[in-house]
Parts: sequence; structure tokens; C-alpha cells
Amino acid sequence: MKKTKLLSNLYLVIIFLFLYLPIFVLIVLSFNESKKAGSNFTGFSLKWYKELFRNELIMSSLWVTLKVAAISTVVSTVLGTAAAVGIHKMKKFSKSIVMNVTHIPIMNPEIVTGISMMLLFVFFRNFFHYEFGMVTLVIAHITFSTPYVILNVMPKLRQMNPHLYEAAQDLGCSPVQAFWKAVLPEIMPGVISGALMALTYSIDDFVISYFTAGGASSQTLPITIYSMVRRRINPQINALSTLLFVAVMLILIIKNVIDESRQKQTEKRGGGF
Amino acid sequence: MKSKLAAAPYLIWMAVFTIVPLGLVFYYGLTDQDGNFSIDNLSRMGMYTNIFFRSIWLAVIATVVCLIIAYPLAFILSRMDTHKQGTMLLLVMLPMWMNFLLRTYAWMTLLETNGVINKILGFVGLGPFEMINTQGAIVLGMVYNYVPFMILPLYSVMTKIDNSVIEAAQDLGSNSRQVLMKVIIPLSKPGIMTGITMVFVPSVSTFIISRMLGGGSNMLIGDLIEQQILGTSYNLNLGASISIVLMIFIFMIMAVMNQFDDEEMEGMII
Repeated sequence: MKKTKLLSNLYLVIIFLFLYLPIFVLIVLSFNESKKAGSNFTGFSLKWYKELFRNELIMSSLWVTLKVAAISTVVSTVLGTAAAVGIHKMKKFSKSIVMNVTHIPIMNPEIVTGISMMLLFVFFRNFFHYEFGMVTLVIAHITFSTPYVILNVMPKLRQMNPHLYEAAQDLGCSPVQAFWKAVLPEIMPGVISGALMALTYSIDDFVISYFTAGGASSQTLPITIYSMVRRRINPQINALSTLLFVAVMLILIIKNVIDESRQKQTEKRGGGF
Repeated sequence: MKSKLAAAPYLIWMAVFTIVPLGLVFYYGLTDQDGNFSIDNLSRMGMYTNIFFRSIWLAVIATVVCLIIAYPLAFILSRMDTHKQGTMLLLVMLPMWMNFLLRTYAWMTLLETNGVINKILGFVGLGPFEMINTQGAIVLGMVYNYVPFMILPLYSVMTKIDNSVIEAAQDLGSNSRQVLMKVIIPLSKPGIMTGITMVFVPSVSTFIISRMLGGGSNMLIGDLIEQQILGTSYNLNLGASISIVLMIFIFMIMAVMNQFDDEEMEGMII
């Protein structure tokens, strides 16, 4: 038994080395003074970080990324939550059709989704006058993130007591009030996790943005990264990777701590709800 | 009931921005540049057979490697204490939260001819090896980027396998190989199928990994499409035609996989 334990621990170590070593190397190199990336470590320096913050293209595309993510998250959360409520009430047949279509952007390869949206925007240009830019980009992001909101909210609606909505109305709520006061608090965890997924997918997306963005004014951070690294090593990107990795790590640690303390609280209350 | 109306804006959105664009892929794919119906572009697909085969072949290898790596890992994770499991899973997923391009870029730094690995090998007097711009590098990039997609579904089916089922098989005289073949693998089949689809689909359609790690000589389907749409050989119709073929191929694979997988998918995606 001890032998299998040892073997499985060894296996875990190897996997974690595989997963983390590349990132670790980037972090070390981001502090390397040498201009030639990938060369020996010639001395500790923060100059790539300084250059990174002085790089206007990176800063402006970071801003674009955050703007697009904020708008598309808000719109897709509202659109998706409303849709989930409506779909939940549908008959089985129409529900299954709508859900199948909802799965299309998730199942389709990203490149096909990106191209299909680009063709749409190209085709519409025959009738309207506009350029590829923020608007096309935001529309594309809303389109691929709304399904995730729906898929997160639907299970919560299913778990909810179906009479809650009617009870609220019996007690004098208008349908809208009943939604805000009875339904929404019940499905809130699903709405939040859906919104978070929409946000992360939007910030992280490259492929679909690549096909639907316009010029520099709508260039997201992943697009800028791609243009910087597709052929050569760039030490500024090492610095950027390090910062993003640290940011992600902090967010996940904080989230974990919050989750754990919440869990302890429910345990103290004797479990249940 | 009024609340059905709540879905109306989404239904319109979906029709305009999901269904119409897909229709346009077929429209462009089945017409020539003047807008006349033609299957010329589709019939030109024969020219690209080698690219299709290369894409499929590399994606298959990457998927198999992912399965081999992820299967024991998912099993080990699923047998840990519940407290440890959460942390371990977080550690497995953490690199996934870094942008895909940066993860691929990390391997560029490692694999380059004067990159980190060759430098280290140089100290022991080996190399330099030509590692970047090879098909091996592409497969490595696919495995590194997509292996979490294999781990997650496998892990989530394996946590449902009760230890007592395994013990029962052992009590009835199974050796560990029989336990694996007759109990664990059959019970984890839905996870295997989901994992295969989730690794294979992005692998077969990628253009970034092949561009960054494969150099110019190892074009994949994704590169071919991208080249028609945004690249030098601008031809939307041909790009759309190739997309149709790719899409149909992937839906066929998914249909086959779904045959084995009758479980609810919803939890997997989340």
C-alpha cells in the first residue's frame, strides 16, 4: 500500500512540474537583465516591467479588454438570466430546440464561431455603413458568453420551488415584483457564477476577437499579445505573464479563503440551509 | 404566461447572431465570389487532404496523450481526502487561468533552438536539438493547453465511483488489472467521452499553436482557414467552405461520442 502511495505522489509531482515549470521559467526570465530572451540569466532587473508599463499599445489594449468585458458581461448576464427564466417556462419541445441552439457557440470550434460572426458583419456591410470595431467586438462577446449565463442559471431555476413565484403573487406582488423579490434571490448564485464565467471568457478570448475586432481602437490585450509573440520572444511579455499569473493566483486564493470560511459558517450552524 | 416573453430578446439575439451567421457560412461556402451558387470551393478540398490528415493525426495523438496523462491523475485526485481534493484541483486548474497565448508562448521560450531546454542540455554536452517548429512541439502545445479539459470530466465521474464498489470487486477475487478494466473504466466512460471531445475539438481546429510552435511548414486546418479569411490569400468563400467541412467533421465526432455518453452534460461545462 505504501508503495502505491509513493508512486501516486511521484506522479503528482511530475504532473505539477509539467504544468508549472514553463510558467516558472517565464517568471524567472522576466527579471533577467539580458536583452536576448532565452539566454543566460545575466542579472536581476525590473526594466522589462518598466517598459511594459510604458508600452502604450499594451496599456490601451488592456483598457479595451476591460471595457469590452464589462459591457458584454452586464449585457449577457441580463439577457441570459431573462432568457433562462423564459426558457424554463417553455414546453419541452421548444425548450430542447432553444437549448440545442444555445449549445452551438459552446460546441462549435472557436474559429468557426469567429468566422461566422465575421461573415455576418461583412455581409451586413452591404446594407449599412460601419467599420469593424468596438461594436462588432462587443456583439461577438455577448453572443459567446450569454450561453454560459443561461447554463448557470437554468439548474438554479430547476432546483427552485415552482410555487414560490405564484405564492409571491398571491401575497400581492405584481409579476415583476415577484421576480425581483422571490425568484431572483433564489437563483442569484447561478447568476453570479454565470456572470463570472462571462467575464473570464471575455477577458481571455482571443480567437473570436481576432476575427471580429477592427483597428487599434478595438484591439484587445490577447490580440496585442499575439501580434507581439507570434514569431519572436519578447521579454515584456514575460513581465506581463508574471503579473497576470500573480493576479490570477491572488484572486483564486482569495476566493478559496472566502469559500472556506463560508463553509465553516454553515457547518457551525449545523449544516442544512 | 407572461414570463415566457422574458426569453424573447435572447431568441432574437440568437437568431441574428448565431443562426444567421451559421447560415452565412454555408452561403459563402456554397457560392463563388460573385455570389453565384457553386461547389467549386468544396471540390477544391481534395487539394488540402494532407493538411486535413495532419490536423486530425496530430489532434488524435494529443488527445490520446492527454487521456494517458489525465486518467491516473484524475483517479489519484478522486481518492484523496475531500479537503485536499479542492486544493489539488485548484492547483491543476491554475495554469488554465493564464491566457492561452501566454501558455503557448512559455513553450516557445523553452523549446527554441537557443532556448532554455537546449541551454540546459548544453551544460551536459548534449544538443542543441531542433525542437521548435516540429510536429512534436505542436502536439506538446496541444497537450499542455488542453489537458485540464481531460482531467476535469474524468475527475468528476471518478468522484462518483464509490470505494466500496472497488473493494467489492477485490473481495470477489479481481486483481488490480481486472478492477481497472471491469469496474473503473466502464464507470468512467462518460467522462472519457466528454474529455476526448473537449480535447479533440480545440486541437483539431487550432491555428495559434501551429503558428507559434510549428513554424510555417506544419499548416493545420485552422491555419488554412485563417489564411483565407484574414491572411494573404484572401478568399472568404474558400475559407467558409473549409469551415463547413471542419464543422461537419466535428459534429460527426460529437454524435459518435454522444452515443456513449447519456449523462447530463450541464455540470461538465460548468
